[in-house]
Amino acid sequence: MDWQLIIASVIKIVGFVFLTTLPLVALSVWAERRVSAAIQDRVGPNRVGPLGLLQPVADGIKFLLKEDFTPSHVRKGYFWLAPALTMVPALMTCAVLPFGSKIFGEKMVIADLDVGPLFVFAIASLTVYGIVLAGWASNSKYPFLGGVRSTSQMISYEISLGLSVVPLIMIYGDLNLGRIVQNQAEHGWALLPLWGEGLSLKGFILAIPVFISFIIFTTSMFAETNRLPFDLPECETELVAGYHTEYSSMKFALFFLGEYAAMIIGSGLAVTLFFGGWSLPFGWLTPESVDAEVPWWHGLIHIGTFFAKVIAFILFFIVVRWTLPRFRYDQLMRLGWVFFFEIALFNVVLTAILLIIFK
Amino acid sequence: MSEEKPDLIDVQINGEWHKFPKGTRMIEACRAVGADVPHYCYHPKLTSPGNCRMCLVEMGMPPRPRPGEDPPEPDEDGHLPIGWMPRPAIACANTIAPNMGIRTTGELTEGCRKGVMELLLANHPLDCPICDQAGECTLQEYSVEHGKSESRFRERKVKKPKNVEVGPRIRLDDERCIMCSRCIRFTDEIADDPVLGFTDRGSHTVLTVYPGRELANNYSLNTVDICPVGALTSNDFRFQMRVWFMKEVKTIDTNCGTGCNITVFSRQGKIYRITPRQNNDVNSDWMPDSHRLNFHWIDSEARLTEPLIKLGDSHKPAAWTEAIALASDKLNGIDGSEIAIIASARMTNEELFMVDRLSKHLKVGHVDTVARKGENDGYLISEDRNPNTNGVKLILGLDDPGSQIEAIKEGIDQGRIKALISLQENLIDDAGFTAETLQKLDFFVHSYPLANPTADLADVVLPGACWAEKSGTMINVTGRLQRLNEAVDAPGQTLTPWEIVRDLIQATGGGNGIYSVTDIFNQLSAEVSEFDGITWGQIGDLGVPLIETGVTIPLLEREKERIAQGIIVG
Amino acid sequence: MAIVCERPKLKWWEHLYLPALAKGMRVTLGHFFKIVSGKKKVTMQYPEEKWDDHMPEHYRGAPALVTDEQDRERCVACQLCEFICPPRAITIHPEEIPSDDKWAKVEKRPQSFDIDMIRCIYCGLCEEVCPEQAIFLRKDYAITGTSRAEMVHDKSKLYEIGGKRVGLVNKWNELK
Repeated sequence: MDWQLIIASVIKIVGFVFLTTLPLVALSVWAERRVSAAIQDRVGPNRVGPLGLLQPVADGIKFLLKEDFTPSHVRKGYFWLAPALTMVPALMTCAVLPFGSKIFGEKMVIADLDVGPLFVFAIASLTVYGIVLAGWASNSKYPFLGGVRSTSQMISYEISLGLSVVPLIMIYGDLNLGRIVQNQAEHGWALLPLWGEGLSLKGFILAIPVFISFIIFTTSMFAETNRLPFDLPECETELVAGYHTEYSSMKFALFFLGEYAAMIIGSGLAVTLFFGGWSLPFGWLTPESVDAEVPWWHGLIHIGTFFAKVIAFILFFIVVRWTLPRFRYDQLMRLGWVFFFEIALFNVVLTAILLIIFK
Repeated sequence: MSEEKPDLIDVQINGEWHKFPKGTRMIEACRAVGADVPHYCYHPKLTSPGNCRMCLVEMGMPPRPRPGEDPPEPDEDGHLPIGWMPRPAIACANTIAPNMGIRTTGELTEGCRKGVMELLLANHPLDCPICDQAGECTLQEYSVEHGKSESRFRERKVKKPKNVEVGPRIRLDDERCIMCSRCIRFTDEIADDPVLGFTDRGSHTVLTVYPGRELANNYSLNTVDICPVGALTSNDFRFQMRVWFMKEVKTIDTNCGTGCNITVFSRQGKIYRITPRQNNDVNSDWMPDSHRLNFHWIDSEARLTEPLIKLGDSHKPAAWTEAIALASDKLNGIDGSEIAIIASARMTNEELFMVDRLSKHLKVGHVDTVARKGENDGYLISEDRNPNTNGVKLILGLDDPGSQIEAIKEGIDQGRIKALISLQENLIDDAGFTAETLQKLDFFVHSYPLANPTADLADVVLPGACWAEKSGTMINVTGRLQRLNEAVDAPGQTLTPWEIVRDLIQATGGGNGIYSVTDIFNQLSAEVSEFDGITWGQIGDLGVPLIETGVTIPLLEREKERIAQGIIVG
Repeated sequence: MAIVCERPKLKWWEHLYLPALAKGMRVTLGHFFKIVSGKKKVTMQYPEEKWDDHMPEHYRGAPALVTDEQDRERCVACQLCEFICPPRAITIHPEEIPSDDKWAKVEKRPQSFDIDMIRCIYCGLCEEVCPEQAIFLRKDYAITGTSRAEMVHDKSKLYEIGGKRVGLVNKWNELK
């Protein structure tokens, strides 16, 4: 072990996870409330701080000060474990996301794994344990139903989520997210092949399966993060608040944070895979190669680009939530198993054929 | 027409042919087939003067053939055609005739009702918001069904006396009176106290009480019940509660052996009034005022609401388990022959059955109840002022309830009886016990709804529910088994007496398996031969005859006579 | 007879839901941009801006009892409002007016009249049902208190809010 790696990793973890992602969670809660208010012709939280920007701080203080109530009828051990189990995996997936190119010769990714997407799916699927445990340990009917719904929903959509990424991996021939981004920076983003090698017939034709992948990936991401229109595990009209009905105070806040963290990580992954991660369009300021040195201010611009894209994606999440009504549960399952699963499989085959044709 | 049943005659009501016994009033015939005729003055228990004219219906008979004309031909069912009369007839005082036709609907009948309503309302004040009758007022109901929304009268309404004290318990508002004369007939025919009458004529007719007299007899409040409008109101119930808020529970009166059938009106656990309920085998439609008004103590401050245990000179509140455990410990330490139980003939059969169980379980030497004798008033009040003396005789097997009370007193004085269980009886006030006697007891358990001098001396005081707070059965003086139903919740931690006795049996090591009144009733009907084969549901609202006692109720006897004479319908 | 509800037959592109999604987005984003750009303003910043000046005539605020021109309490405790009140916020205890009172001929009045403003839903049914025109919904809307007991308006409070109301039908003032 060399000390440099450990110190650099700690700085990156603290910087990316605790100083950026978590504030971003708080901020997206604020954005959610302000945007939804604007969509519904309201004002939204505007009292705490300028534009109400300190509202998340007030919320956080409120959550901390509230009585941490544990109902007498719950299984205490699992009841306490569940919120942690939803929060932790969501934050762990940050590890492999490249949030910038390089600063001072240090790659802007916490763990530069060669199995990036697989790691993300492996860890993200652990979130379901938190929800199932919450539903079961609450020992009450609505959380239980919410937990059961959430299990089947997440398991169903994990399949199409995984399959939808396969075509991209086939096209790039790589599982390292850093190299995938570098590739996109040089040859055009997966969805916008408008420069480099992408600016060709092959690039445009291959954009078709990528687009299908993108649709499936985004929709499945909604389902995985339990957001509207797929928030059946906690739909308040049927289940009060679903799996976290019995939770209060900071334990509830952990669920809440976990949900938004998952949304941010999902957005980060979508940006990385489909919109060229930290790269600027048209190859501007693109480093020579993955290992090439870049000036420090280029690195900063790349980090900024990445978060700008993520925030745009989060806003998309928010607008969709306040636009679409909730699906019925049978529709949700039908969509996952009958449509997305088949289309994703077909998409893999289609990509393979196209790749053979344009070899 | 049927030859085999000559007493049944054919009547056509609203186009359909029906058969009724000869002598039936038209109004009763219509009621029997569901065609109710609106009425004010008619009451089946009173004579029918036919003065309200509300029950006018269209009537017809077979036309009489003119000389030389052929009589009308009957149709294939044997009915003759009906010639409808141009003038309506009152349905309350006329009896049916063979081949008669009645129409309770149609232009003529409805026109008559409209006209009568308009005239009745000509002088009636529009003070429904303050009138106690509102909600159960037939004038309101018929006004909705047959009246107009506006008056055509330009004249000022006639002023009459308002808020008149006609008796100690009754207030009269003459403006509201519609001259049906039901109250006059009741006081004359039933209560034998004819103090009411009409004076003046036309629109100025007023109901008045005879100068120097007042409507004070013990049945006067029945006039309030039969008044179809709010002219007569009860001082006791006046402005207390609107009728539509109240919950009605059918139960029986426990002030005397007659066991008048009553309806208890309550709201949010408070009883507001009691009215008689029709039962032609017990109380007809009436009940005495003294019994009707004897309910205000039920929610009084004096109610016991939690078990008390004596500590030194004063009582302290205790939990039921604590009180029962103390009682059973003490009772188990005393030989059965030194224990006496004084139960009450105000207890239900089920409670007495549990008392019997307790006495057999503890092998108690003395069991008795307190007798209450009064005077038979010649109407409904029986000389036995206990509601369930017959139940005591049947279930506790006492031939002469109350005869051993003196022996028990003596036993306590001489130290032969060391423990006493007194259930639902105030021994000092009602059974002639003295404080000195009761102080000689080693152990004294007392259950009663109210705080009382006897309770002051008891080692354990248990709050027992009163008659309105419990269900059960009782046997009245004529031997009729009737049901008591829970009308309001018992206050605080009060338990019904059968629960108290059950807990005592259990705590002293006796049997179990009783969780409801019906459980007890099932065991009772299995063990006591007179109850053989009777089920809880079978008793119903009106009760069933159980034993022959030979006792009759004077008011009912007179009523039967009048029915036989055809004076009233009954 | 059962009502048969025909489901619309969807075209294949409608089955994709994407056009519908776009349409929905257009609506929501339209609202979003109108509000954000300040072209449209719907809500009011409550404590700073108040509605008082342009409160509509039909506004239903706190219910209150009123007296007539001669300061007689109009309510005769008929308890119809207590009966109609959907959340059962009203509790009335009637009493008889003593015979030496100036208005003894009215016979009945409320001894106590309580409206639990925590329960009240401002539906106005009490005003509608009142046969004596005694209860009205006034424009007071900021009903606050620091305890539950404080939020129960008793008779004196109700008359204080309601005040005197003239020009109504006066049923009891004529010679009765």
